[in-house]
Amino acid sequence: MNMTPTSPDYSGYDINKSLTPEDKIEIYRTLTRMRRFEQGTQKPYSQGKMGGFLHLYIGQESVAAGTISLCGENDHVITAYRCHAHALACGMTMNECMAELFGKYSGSSKGKGGSMHLFAPDKNFWGGHGIVGGQTPLGLGLGYGLKYKGLKGCCLCYLGDGAINQGAFHESLNIAELHDIPVIFIIENNGYSMGTSQKRSSAYKDCLAQRADAYDMAWDVVNGEDIYEVRAKTQKAIDRAHNESKPTVLEITTYRYFGHSVADANHKKYRTPEEIAQYKKLHDPVNLWKTRMIEEGILTEESAKEIDTQAKQEVAQSVAFADAAEAPPLSSIFDDVYWEVDNNTEAGNTGRHFFND
Amino acid sequence: MRELLYRHAIREAFDEELTRDENVVIMGEEVAQYNGAYKVTEGLWDKWGDKRIVDTPISEAGFIGMGIGASMLGIRPVMELMFWSFHSVAFDQLVNNAANVRYMSGGKCNCPIVVRGPANGGTNVGATHSHTPEGLFAAFPGLKVVSPATPADAKGLMKSAIRDNDPVYVMENTLLYGMSGPVPDPAEGDFTIPLGVADIKREGTDVTLVSHGRSTLHAIDAAEILQSQHGISAEIVDLRSIRPLDQDAIINSVKKTNRAVMVDESKPFCGVSAQIITLIQEHAFDYLDAPIRRVTTLDAPAIYAPAIENEQLPTVAKIVEKVLSITPAKA
Repeated sequence: MNMTPTSPDYSGYDINKSLTPEDKIEIYRTLTRMRRFEQGTQKPYSQGKMGGFLHLYIGQESVAAGTISLCGENDHVITAYRCHAHALACGMTMNECMAELFGKYSGSSKGKGGSMHLFAPDKNFWGGHGIVGGQTPLGLGLGYGLKYKGLKGCCLCYLGDGAINQGAFHESLNIAELHDIPVIFIIENNGYSMGTSQKRSSAYKDCLAQRADAYDMAWDVVNGEDIYEVRAKTQKAIDRAHNESKPTVLEITTYRYFGHSVADANHKKYRTPEEIAQYKKLHDPVNLWKTRMIEEGILTEESAKEIDTQAKQEVAQSVAFADAAEAPPLSSIFDDVYWEVDNNTEAGNTGRHFFND
Repeated sequence: MRELLYRHAIREAFDEELTRDENVVIMGEEVAQYNGAYKVTEGLWDKWGDKRIVDTPISEAGFIGMGIGASMLGIRPVMELMFWSFHSVAFDQLVNNAANVRYMSGGKCNCPIVVRGPANGGTNVGATHSHTPEGLFAAFPGLKVVSPATPADAKGLMKSAIRDNDPVYVMENTLLYGMSGPVPDPAEGDFTIPLGVADIKREGTDVTLVSHGRSTLHAIDAAEILQSQHGISAEIVDLRSIRPLDQDAIINSVKKTNRAVMVDESKPFCGVSAQIITLIQEHAFDYLDAPIRRVTTLDAPAIYAPAIENEQLPTVAKIVEKVLSITPAKA
């Protein structure tokens, strides 16, 4: 495959020039781990070892990998239910994520969350939220909290193109601009709101991010397949948040190979197989970065292969770990409902909190 | 003891907690420069300024969600719903995010928020502004719900709610804001009332009235009539806190009086009274000498008509009538 650099070439931007060869290899490792992790969920899911939904991110990896590679100590991340890649990019381990998908007690949420609800606040990752657009006020609040505490940071709040029509998102945009909240709303536009195409679900003039104009908010459109562009434009938004405490809407164009969830039986009906094949062939973000790195002399086919092999091994180990792990004990159903009860405080021991017969 | 208006007792709670904890922030529609739609926050913006007292747009899902997100970082937002009736436009945030985020994260996220405002009928504002959702929210594990009847309870419960590390929804009442009552002086020490502790507002031997919020005041008036005109001694268990619930106080009282009447401004179907009755029949069935009765708001959307709205709500006369239907008069 030949890399087609987007114009202009964003590799020359300061934030990308500052990348060391090791940093660039790390981005490739992140992309590969995201891809292999989700591919590794397929078999156990089909074997019935996971329940419920499984929303795969495959095809979109450059968005999370590129944007989260910019995060510093006080930058925070929150997203919706297609959250595995963001979790890994923030530093969650494959074991805790896979075990959560399996619903095991050693999972990141002790088996209480599942695929849509991965969390690691200690790594600035705040989920993993199941309701379309419902996380956008929370992302706003994380930005508000940072500002309240006087910290120079921001919240990267991800949402899908289908979420932009939710009222909660518009309310969040209004308050973000009104109160100068350091939050960046990142619309990951994969073209489909579940099974409904962008044109059938959203009214817009030129693009979706343009809606920010209505709130006098900065916005930009980003070619998601080019990690250099993703980083360059996201850094501009981060600088705006850090230095001016102003919000931004970024629309990052991307594509998902699989259905809305694995249970999406129609995902080859609302779009053509040719469309999917075309994207895989010409726009695959993992391959594009690998090719670019080989062109830059940073990776070789062999070193890239080695990283890929390591990722596959890590996934296989996480599947084995999750498979062997224990299910949560029945008694844990009542853990993590109330902080005061869990911490055995006086408040937690006063009055009846649960009402089972 | 000094007397304070209910609204001023709440304001005093805010002022003390704003002083105690720099992470406490009051937010909501018209709470700052306008001094509060019901003047509960009057004067606080002048004293504390823009950072601590925050005016929000009329955008309940947006600002309540924002408060939930901020609370995960350790901020302690106290958010006013101008009416609890407006919960419906923020329901996803109030239920899916506030109640569930700790659970779904396996205990990794905390949500130490307070959402508060009036929840009552009786002011001729029609069905959309007269909801009493204390039973509704108490039905979601992860949430706590309190409903104070007096100025002292309002202050003490509000301070505990702000300090609590779980989401607490405080249901106030526009008809109580202007009522006064004794509230301990701050000079006498930090005054709080724990969640989950009912208050026996009146001791009695013949029948137990279980109430919360403004219904407690009706129960007190009814108890006076029952005593003076019928020789019936009614005990009043004011729940104060719906969840956590002081089940022992209810059960102990019923075991003593052997009769119970619920007085509950919420609607009868799956309302607070329905849950309390279930607990009584489960834990005190053998002590009952009569069927449990209840006085609730009549089961229809809140009517506007000023001439009859009060008759849709619990009244003193209805409480007396229900008690007499199960309790022999002694006079």
